[in-house]
Amino acid sequence: EDDFGDYGWEERTHGKLTKPADQLDLTEAELKEEVTRILTAENPHAPQNIVRYSFKEGAFKLTSVVDQLAVHFVLDGCLIHQDSDEARRLAANGGEDEDAGEDDRPDSVASKTNEQEPKCTNQFNFIERASQTLNNALRDRSCQTVPPPRCNYSATATQWEIYDAYTEELQKQEMKKDKQRAFQIKKDGDQNKKKILNETPNDDITPMAMPVTLLERMVNQNTCNDIAQDFKYFEDAADEYREQEGTLLPLWKFQYDKAKWMCVTALCWNEKYPDLFGVALGSYDFSKQGRGMLLFYTLKNSTFPEYIFPTGSGALSLDIHKRNSYLVAAGFYDGCVCVYNLKKKGPEPEYKSNAKTGKHTDPVWQVRWQNDDMDNKHNFYSVSSDGRVVSWTLIKNELVFSDTIRLTVADPDVGGTCFDFHKQTDSLFVVGTEEGKIHKCSKNYSSQFLETYAAHNMAVDAVKWNPYHPKVFISCSSDWTIKIWDHTVNTPMFTFELNAPVADVAWAPHSSTSFAAVTTEGLVHVFDLSINKYQAICQQPVVAKNKTKLTHIEFNPVHPIIIVGDDRGSVISLKLSPNLRKKPKGKKGQELPEGPEVETAKMEKLLNLLRDSEQSSVK
Amino acid sequence: MAETGEADPEEVVKKLAYSFPIVRHTDMPEEMKEEAIALCISAFEKCSNNNENTAKMVKDSMDKMFGTAWHVVIGESFGFGVTHEAKNLLYMFYGGSLAICIWKCC
Repeated sequence: EDDFGDYGWEERTHGKLTKPADQLDLTEAELKEEVTRILTAENPHAPQNIVRYSFKEGAFKLTSVVDQLAVHFVLDGCLIHQDSDEARRLAANGGEDEDAGEDDRPDSVASKTNEQEPKCTNQFNFIERASQTLNNALRDRSCQTVPPPRCNYSATATQWEIYDAYTEELQKQEMKKDKQRAFQIKKDGDQNKKKILNETPNDDITPMAMPVTLLERMVNQNTCNDIAQDFKYFEDAADEYREQEGTLLPLWKFQYDKAKWMCVTALCWNEKYPDLFGVALGSYDFSKQGRGMLLFYTLKNSTFPEYIFPTGSGALSLDIHKRNSYLVAAGFYDGCVCVYNLKKKGPEPEYKSNAKTGKHTDPVWQVRWQNDDMDNKHNFYSVSSDGRVVSWTLIKNELVFSDTIRLTVADPDVGGTCFDFHKQTDSLFVVGTEEGKIHKCSKNYSSQFLETYAAHNMAVDAVKWNPYHPKVFISCSSDWTIKIWDHTVNTPMFTFELNAPVADVAWAPHSSTSFAAVTTEGLVHVFDLSINKYQAICQQPVVAKNKTKLTHIEFNPVHPIIIVGDDRGSVISLKLSPNLRKKPKGKKGQELPEGPEVETAKMEKLLNLLRDSEQSSVK
Repeated sequence: MAETGEADPEEVVKKLAYSFPIVRHTDMPEEMKEEAIALCISAFEKCSNNNENTAKMVKDSMDKMFGTAWHVVIGESFGFGVTHEAKNLLYMFYGGSLAICIWKCC
């Protein structure tokens, strides 16, 4: 029998032998019998003795060879060779069928797939699957925009209109041609060319200048509002408790970028507009001479100067005319004097002196306007290190000079550093020199001095007449002293030692006995002789010590403020506290006479005291 | 003959002189106007004497360049009254005898 081997036999029979019901029961011995079997290729069912009648021999013959083939299974296949007739026939048939029957197409295609298409989806491996997802609901959306604006237009196009238009156009062109021939310019006869109007945006804001300046001032005053309030109204209440001393309240500080490296060399208030003042900038340093500048500030705008005049060489002195306050005289380091006109725009001076017109050969230390002379011409004086005191007159477009006096009369090589004219007698003036001497001179005498005072040991930095008392003037010098003189007396009335070189001194306009001085240490000293004859009633540092030196000081003629210039190009304004501007207290019931006479009398009293004491000491 | 001979060159000169366009009325912006005028002139040159083709050409080009629904009328004698989209009308003369009106309206 078939032998499958022993594999799986265990599983199949679960280890038990199952006997079919009709199995022979054999004995053991019979079981062990070996039975031989021989496998042959003979078909056991094939007949072994097939007899066939042979007509040839006329007898039944035994077929020797019997077909041993046993057929177990037959299956007719449906594959036919591609090139066989039947295949070709079928291919032809298949094509016709497709054209004819559309309904049958899927069937015909399916039935013919395996005959026609070599590739087909394997029915056992390939499974088609389809699914339907959820479709979102549909929604209608619509929108209506505003239609673009429309206009109506109507016209008639007729031959005569066209003709008219063209003739007009041609005429215009003719005229253009003529014009352009006259101007000799090439013409583009093309009408289509765009006419570009060039309107350059105008950056000119000169019509706006006035409102803009006002606005600037408003903004600045708003920012420095408290300073402005202090300037006007603040009175230091602490002064009531301080016996004699007073303080200086710093107000605005005036600075200009381009003037940072320059030294303030002169200050001058404008008499007519008491909020305007001029600053001359240059350098005192002999080795560092560069450009200079004239700046004019107003208290109403502390951030930027109103007028700026840059100059070629350092400016050393400045004076504003008393009545025509648009005329400004300035003296320079190179010896020139100039007159600027503030009304005119432009940085150039109106008048300028040059070598031919008698300019100084050394720095011009001071200039001063005088009253108009007999021909009503403006004139001013200048003093310089070359020893000349020169008077300049503005005649038409020129500066005409005339030497008033030569300081070299007494000593050769001496130069003048400062001068001041007497308030009442115009012709009288005092000149300070580099050597420390002060000369009293007159305009009328050009060859000699009226008097000479051996005033200081070093150069005299400033001399100023007392605004009230006709005989008194004050001088200061780098030898640390300030001296007050009676011009009739050869020796100083008062001497003050300030422990530092005194750069400038100025009388207060409100009192004949008070004055202020600045030193290079950065201190401002305010004196009032009627209160304290020996000491300052105020000594206040105004700038950082050892860093900046103060160079000039001026009192405002109207307001109780002073301006102080330093060597950094900035000007500081300070307000005098009440103690510093005391008027003498009157006794009860007595009406105090006001006015210059009082001041003069005050000074006179002091001087008398001094003279008496001197006389008594001499005695 | 001499007169006509003389007239002819004059006419030719006049025709030449008239060959520039005169814009009668327009509210188009500059660019659009320039383009439209250039387009018209080129169309006239191409299909001269056939106003229909010229108009068609102009209309198609304007549609492509500036959007749909342009209308073009070319003729020598007509009156018209149209509603047009603002800033989309050009009415001009050309060639001494032709008037062309272009407007846009949907």
